[in-house]
Amino acid sequence: MARSLKKGFFVDPKLMDRIEAAQKTNSRQPLNTWSRRSTITPDFVGLTIHVHNGKSFLPVYVTENMVGHKLGEFAPTRTFKSHGSSTKK
Amino acid sequence: MPRLLGVDIPNNKRTEYALRYIYGIGPTRAKKIVTELEIDPAQRSQDLTEQQINKISELIVSNQWMIEGDLRRDIAGNMKRLQAIQCYRGLRHRRGLPARGQRTSTNARTRKGGRKTVGVVSKK
Repeated sequence: MARSLKKGFFVDPKLMDRIEAAQKTNSRQPLNTWSRRSTITPDFVGLTIHVHNGKSFLPVYVTENMVGHKLGEFAPTRTFKSHGSSTKK
Repeated sequence: MPRLLGVDIPNNKRTEYALRYIYGIGPTRAKKIVTELEIDPAQRSQDLTEQQINKISELIVSNQWMIEGDLRRDIAGNMKRLQAIQCYRGLRHRRGLPARGQRTSTNARTRKGGRKTVGVVSKK
């Protein structure tokens, strides 16, 4: 079920502060974050954010198209190793 | 057979069902068309008058319902966008797997297609 519009987007406050600071100083330093649940707002555009996938940080360069999605959508948590490759030999 | 909006040729079924053969018109919209234009839903679509057909197309256009090619293009565009930004749903579309968190251990046959055996073939 979709989130109520009344509440607005959810962005981790701590992350938001860092985003604002980065945009103000025009710093393009990647930001490490664990906050996969944060929605990408227009303020994020142009930044590179390292999103944790449970193991490591994956760089995500935010473009305009990504606004409205969550950060976690861009850092897959699972790796699929294909089936049946050990038949060789 | 009546022609509606270019290519659609719903067959000789009841109007309320025949309209659903148009891509983008389902039960809800079909029913709405029939009630709004006061067409008998049981009337066979081949017996629709020229006037009624024109009225139906007018209603569809005036409601700005996306239909057929436009709708298909819209959906394809959405999928392309999801794939271009590399988000989870886009990746699932690329692999032909369900995109909304359904289980794939079993089922998911609509997206995965026919059954293919996978796994390690044991040595003799």
